[in-house]
Amino acid sequence: MSQPDQLLPHGRVLRYAFHERAWHWVVGFSYIYLLLTGLAFWSPWLFWIAILLGGAPVSRMLHPWFGIIFAVGILQMYRMWSKQMHFEDVDRAWMQSMRHYIRNEDEKMPPAGRYNAGQKMLFWGFEICMVLMLVTGVIMWFPEYMPRNVILFLRLAVFVHASAALLTVGLFLIHVYMGVFAERGAFGSVIRGDVSLAFAKRYHPGWHREITGQPASPRK
Amino acid sequence: MSQETLRIQKISGHAGSVPGEDTQRQYKVAKLIDVTTCIGCKACEVACVEWNDMPFHETTFDNTYQTMPDTDWNYWNLIRFNEHQTADGTLMWLMRKDQCMHCAEPGCLEACPSDGAIVQYTNGIVDFQQDHCIGCGYCISGCPFNIPKFNKETKRVYKCTLCTDRVSEGLEPACIKSCPTGCLHFGSKEDMLQIANTRAKQLKEHYDFPNAGVYDPPGVGGTGVIYVLHDVTNTEAYGGLPQNPHVPWTVRLWKGPLKWLGNAAMIGGLLGLFAHYLRFGPKGREEDDLQPPQGARP
Repeated sequence: MSQPDQLLPHGRVLRYAFHERAWHWVVGFSYIYLLLTGLAFWSPWLFWIAILLGGAPVSRMLHPWFGIIFAVGILQMYRMWSKQMHFEDVDRAWMQSMRHYIRNEDEKMPPAGRYNAGQKMLFWGFEICMVLMLVTGVIMWFPEYMPRNVILFLRLAVFVHASAALLTVGLFLIHVYMGVFAERGAFGSVIRGDVSLAFAKRYHPGWHREITGQPASPRK
Repeated sequence: MSQETLRIQKISGHAGSVPGEDTQRQYKVAKLIDVTTCIGCKACEVACVEWNDMPFHETTFDNTYQTMPDTDWNYWNLIRFNEHQTADGTLMWLMRKDQCMHCAEPGCLEACPSDGAIVQYTNGIVDFQQDHCIGCGYCISGCPFNIPKFNKETKRVYKCTLCTDRVSEGLEPACIKSCPTGCLHFGSKEDMLQIANTRAKQLKEHYDFPNAGVYDPPGVGGTGVIYVLHDVTNTEAYGGLPQNPHVPWTVRLWKGPLKWLGNAAMIGGLLGLFAHYLRFGPKGREEDDLQPPQGARP
């Protein structure tokens, strides 16, 4: 089994090992199902999605099970990546320069490590929202068992579940945009696993220095 | 087009206009329950189970005159029994017929995400359409009266229909038909309010119930089931009848501000990201990474 960060021929480096990629897509596909069925229950204008996916009662039946898969995947991500996701000084500096990042002025950014502060926020956002949605989701899975004198828990659960889900929609949109459209080469890293050293140097100079031992010179 | 469709005033989880909205000339109906003359005979409970062909099941006896602890998916109508002591020490047996209140602003319908699973007819009856129900239980969270009940086998929710099948044929609901004391009345909301107010006045002036009154809670827009109570200032004594019921604030917050904020953020986010791509484009060219310029080793 391959190890991550392994230098490959043709100036490439393995960023995600097979098991990391596999878990990413367990989470990815389960999230997309949850998002689609969740949106169907969110708005009458999107209810047709549930009909397209086999009927609303089927969506209601499967949504919690996909939620379990999603939660297990996010938990596994915690086990794999939480140590790399601690906020450090460079991340705080990165946050303050975010406007440059938005304008694609990557040469003005502080040297991010293996993950930049935005990716770390994505990670923690999904971890926290997963816990919120898991707890509230289990309550909503079995509304018939909620005793009437604590019905407030069910009412709060419905509200918190929707709120947390909305937060993840924001994170998800930005994540897909960054990974598929903005950072060329990022999508390949969760499919084939490798990125070019130029990619590493451009977006993760701190990480590039770690794996090559070269000092991080600012990009031309 | 069937009359039933034309008589639909509100539809749950529905996008677009309601086909029957304001197309029919119908008066609002109401059930009047005079709690002060109910003897707790349970004839209405039996009539409800009989008319709706529901199977009876074993229940829990809790040493009171109450048939079972709570209404159930197959038991929509329950006389709630409460032994109540008034301030001067008088003992009262309070018998309240509990069933769906058919709110003018139903919290269940508000919370329901499934198109057409809950409808409100022009005459005010709120009815569950189990063939469109998805079993999410949001109605349970939306109801201020603890009415919708879940069936674990069918995964659907059930409740009193106000005998909409009978009412649409010009008959009174089964419970009304069976009542031996005449404490149950059925007719237009206007007429029922008039009878109720007259009875409340009578209780105040001739029966020494200074707090007697009519229960038609404005917090849910008024109800299609109204009560005459000995004491409207203490409704909780009548088996937990809420003093001032509302559509729960969590449901209002969720279907109000959160919905608009969420929709604006999601649509704005999509448009914003698209605009960002048009304005700034991708961060780097992959070709540069794959074939670095000569002499510039990455």
